[in-house]
Amino acid sequence: MSRKTPMGTTAQNRVVNTILFVVLALGAVVMIAPLLWMATTALKTKAEVFALPPVWIPDAPQWDTFVRMWTEAPILSGFKNSIIVAGTVTIVGSITSSLAAFALAKMRLPFKNAIFLGLLTGLMIPFPTLMIPQFVMFSKIGWVDTLLPLIVPLLFGNIVMIFFLRQYLSSVPDSMVEAAKIDGASYLQVFRKMIFPLIRPAIAAQFILWFMTIWNDYLAPILYLNTESKQTLQVVIANLNVEYATQRDYPLIMAASFVALLPILVVFLIFQRQIIESVALTGAKG
Amino acid sequence: MSRTTAEPTPVPTAPAAGIVPPDGDDRGSALHARQAMRRLHRTEHRWAAAFVAAPVIGFLVFTLYPLGYALYASLTRWNGLTAPQFIGLDNYAALLGDEYFRKTLWNTAFYMIGIPIGLVLALLLAIALNRKIPGQTAFRTIYYVPVISSLAAIAIVWQFAYNGDFGLVNQVLSWFGIDGPDWLQNTATVKPAIILMAVWKGLGYSMLLYLAAIQSVPRSLYEAASLDGANGYHRFRWITLPMVRPVTFFLVVTNVIAGSQIFTEINIMTPTGGPEFSSASIVYYIVRKAFKYQQMGYATAMAVVLGLIVLVVTLIQFRLNRRNSFSID
Repeated sequence: MSRKTPMGTTAQNRVVNTILFVVLALGAVVMIAPLLWMATTALKTKAEVFALPPVWIPDAPQWDTFVRMWTEAPILSGFKNSIIVAGTVTIVGSITSSLAAFALAKMRLPFKNAIFLGLLTGLMIPFPTLMIPQFVMFSKIGWVDTLLPLIVPLLFGNIVMIFFLRQYLSSVPDSMVEAAKIDGASYLQVFRKMIFPLIRPAIAAQFILWFMTIWNDYLAPILYLNTESKQTLQVVIANLNVEYATQRDYPLIMAASFVALLPILVVFLIFQRQIIESVALTGAKG
Repeated sequence: MSRTTAEPTPVPTAPAAGIVPPDGDDRGSALHARQAMRRLHRTEHRWAAAFVAAPVIGFLVFTLYPLGYALYASLTRWNGLTAPQFIGLDNYAALLGDEYFRKTLWNTAFYMIGIPIGLVLALLLAIALNRKIPGQTAFRTIYYVPVISSLAAIAIVWQFAYNGDFGLVNQVLSWFGIDGPDWLQNTATVKPAIILMAVWKGLGYSMLLYLAAIQSVPRSLYEAASLDGANGYHRFRWITLPMVRPVTFFLVVTNVIAGSQIFTEINIMTPTGGPEFSSASIVYYIVRKAFKYQQMGYATAMAVVLGLIVLVVTLIQFRLNRRNSFSID
């Protein structure tokens, strides 16, 4: 990862590095402070939240907040709905995306590049421009207040993922695919036995990034989901924030918010190397 | 392996795809081979078409059709329930005189101030992290945590942090003897407060891309420059900065596109659009007009304008940055 700095006396380097370390450490505190504050606030009593001078570390951590949260707010159903939406979309969408990328990269198809470019133009259109006609479309078929409008449009694949998998596949020699075909393999077999194992790391990275995006999505869910039991976790905490702020129950709001970002945080910490690498690659591509 | 297609298996002697049979001596078999090949290609076309069908259908139904409908609906008076009434360009004319639209457009543009601030900070961080510093990986991870965190949760905690009486921000300021304002209730401070949060959240992402770009600069460049007597500033100005230009460009464009659609932070931190509507963004206003006041036609016209802004920015990107445009081989 790191490389030696250009020449310079080591003593001078050490001083510079020490200063930089202190600056970076202070920055790191700023970066993490709001999240730590979220966690500690969740463990405070209501009185401690409004105490002056401020209480940084609660005297007796109220672990109970994390318990009563499940009964006082629809956190559990929020979790369930978020998992249903993000899980279904990413699993099915990854399959359709990788098959499409395979066809666009390695198969003969008239107007292949025109099709690909056409799909790419879809990336230029922001969701808010489409959301009103989409909403009316779905309300006509009675899908408002169900999870379907959040799931169905995305099952057809993800252009960004197709783009990256297609790039990734361009390094695979055509002769490999041709050879498999001559051996009498069907296209699905070529995909399953040869292409999929090759692009699995790329699929995994895109899958995780996509899952995070959907898990954290807010605009579409608040448009479609009105009933509490139907809402995804992000909508649940946003509503809690409005509802419980009047009761000054900040520990509960913070506990729920913390739990809402915890799964993604855990996934990130486990796969941070792969995630960071694939994101860095994305930017390098420009 | 078994063939799953109904197509006849080519005879083993038929030349494989890609091999052109030698001309002349045996025209019959050459013709036969060509026909076999065409058959094979037809099968391949069918399978390939089946594989790309899903994204193409998805694009037609959920992007192209809604886009066409949006263009039409923006020319109508429409409440989303009854049939739209055609009124020509009236919505667009009304937009020009709508002070709230002007205000939200201005607010949205104002939020973009955060982009250069964030990029400068991110580049400095990346340069620092590029040195051999203990805990480098840990720093990179910590700075990246806000990026992956749910924006809704982040907005909730920052709203609380900006509270004038017991918020984290003012508590920290009081250490330095500064009596902070009630950030989100003040026309002068609400937008800077949201910018600060946005910069904080996006910093790790920009930093990561800059770091990747800096690390791809050939060491020999720096070494040669050092030998020629270039100091640290020179090396930064004449090597690092030009080398990270494509990343800067990419980040500016993606940030402008994302920033023009800012909504979640606004809706959560200032549910009413802020004091005197001073934090409301375009998308906030569109959502309000469409889903609170049922002015779907008018809201769609605004959404079309937003779409045009994004389109123009994207096209500028393609024009200026041929090097980074998608190459189709």
